[in-house]
Amino acid sequence: MNDRGWFRNSILGLGLAFLYIPILSMMFFSFNNSRLVTVWDAENSPTLRWYVRLFENEQLLGAAWISIKIAALSASGAAILGTLAGLVLTRFGPFRGRALLSAMTTAPLVMPEVIMGIAMLLLFVALEQMIGWPAGRGLLTITIAHVTFTMAYVTVVVQSRLAGFDDALEEAALDLGAKPATVFFKITLPLIMPAIVSGWLLAFTLSWDDVVISQFVSGPGSSTLPMEIFSRVRRGVSPDINALATIMVLIVATGVVASTIWMKRQERKRLLEEQMARSDTP
Amino acid sequence: MVFFAIPFAIVFKISFSYMVPAQPGYAPLLEWFAETQRLVATFNLANYQVLLQDTLYLSTFLYSLKVAAFSTVLCLLLGYPMAYAIARSAPTTRNLFLMLIILPFWTSFLLRVYAWIGLLKTNGVINNTLLSLGIIDQPLVLLYTDFAVYVGIVYSYLPFMILPLYSNLEKHDLTLLEAAADLGARPVKAFFKITLPLSMPGVVAGCLLVFIPAVGEFVIPSLLGRTDQLMIGTVLSAQFFGARNWPVASAVAIALLLLLLLPILLFQRYQQRELEASRR
Repeated sequence: MNDRGWFRNSILGLGLAFLYIPILSMMFFSFNNSRLVTVWDAENSPTLRWYVRLFENEQLLGAAWISIKIAALSASGAAILGTLAGLVLTRFGPFRGRALLSAMTTAPLVMPEVIMGIAMLLLFVALEQMIGWPAGRGLLTITIAHVTFTMAYVTVVVQSRLAGFDDALEEAALDLGAKPATVFFKITLPLIMPAIVSGWLLAFTLSWDDVVISQFVSGPGSSTLPMEIFSRVRRGVSPDINALATIMVLIVATGVVASTIWMKRQERKRLLEEQMARSDTP
Repeated sequence: MVFFAIPFAIVFKISFSYMVPAQPGYAPLLEWFAETQRLVATFNLANYQVLLQDTLYLSTFLYSLKVAAFSTVLCLLLGYPMAYAIARSAPTTRNLFLMLIILPFWTSFLLRVYAWIGLLKTNGVINNTLLSLGIIDQPLVLLYTDFAVYVGIVYSYLPFMILPLYSNLEKHDLTLLEAAADLGARPVKAFFKITLPLSMPGVVAGCLLVFIPAVGEFVIPSLLGRTDQLMIGTVLSAQFFGARNWPVASAVAIALLLLLLLPILLFQRYQQRELEASRR
């Protein structure tokens, strides 16, 4: 099979090039002085001009702040509700409405965003007319809508983690006389913590990135960063968006690489400790 | 008793927050008509009549299906070899490749689509490069075409195709291929007789994960797509924000949902089976 290695590697190389060339080219042209963005102005480039412009843009900075608030709030809400749903679905066996709950959990994963958006908006409108809450649309409605669609991801992540570990641990604790609440906080919760954390991160990213659903449920004065970017980008490329994209890509890349290295290190530490424990025992 | 009461309370509580997405249209749609008072009965069916009679809607539905299907096939053709190559590479490099595939997924979807405008536009990177190399002497029209939408969808959804394929291909028992080779099957034949059939669940999952959101895609066609032929997501939001015709927009949403019900159910069944399998 080794004579095929070159074929596989070249396909992989092509695919990765396809994934990365657009991002890299976008970053490259953020240092271009020309307004035309993709026509390289060799005399005056590279320049940080667009980065300076970006940090003077109150509107974009304000939208970014709104986005961070919404993403943090909705990720936390989604982490709590998604974990509860995951627990209920894996631990409590068959109960009335289990299939319904399970179907509803995974539905937002594949539901087209426009449908989610329109459904959420009509619901908010109907609620407002019936009980007067939520009054108007803005940060609150965006946050609720984001919780709804991101908790599905948390549920799936938590569910697969719960399915992966042995519930004998919980049973043992119960047999030894621990109360159910103690079992949950001492055993179950620490065990699924990594899944909750990665679910939270996923929810944060999805909320931070969402434009379609936000557009439906937002009100005046609550434009998120993606909404701001979208309305600018529709008018064509603009150099300060390239600068913004570069900053965002670099933050994400650093975060992902750092967390991978950290996880690798934890893994190595654990292996080392296991080895030492083994060599200690005669 | 505690073990009985708590879950039910939780289910009850959660079912509230879940009812929200699972009720698209239905109740709010009816309620909306009640609110508009005079228009109640007449408007109701008329919305769906509009959908059936106006060829605009029919053609956008068909166009959306065509675009989604074509992009899904392209995604599979590119994603399968990539997933295969990753699954068969050395275990140490595998995680690196996987990280490289997932990394773009964490960066903003909107900005990744935006990046293609810079590449595809008339004085964009691709045209400039080809012109300066002397391969073409007129800039190609790439942006605002079907081609641009295909590229955008394949580019954005490629990780969704690769990951389920990879997790399937990685589990394959390679001794089956060795046995086939021993029995005289050529690698190509062994691939089509063994690897491909075994990887079918991954193929189905990947295709559904790309196809379903692609049908309702809104951002990609409005940034990269044609202006004379819209996709259903664009029409829906144009009806909603532009024409402010909420009832027709809702009817479009319901029709889209009905259209996608079968693939969505298929995907859920697949997901359920995967979970059950991992539990064993």
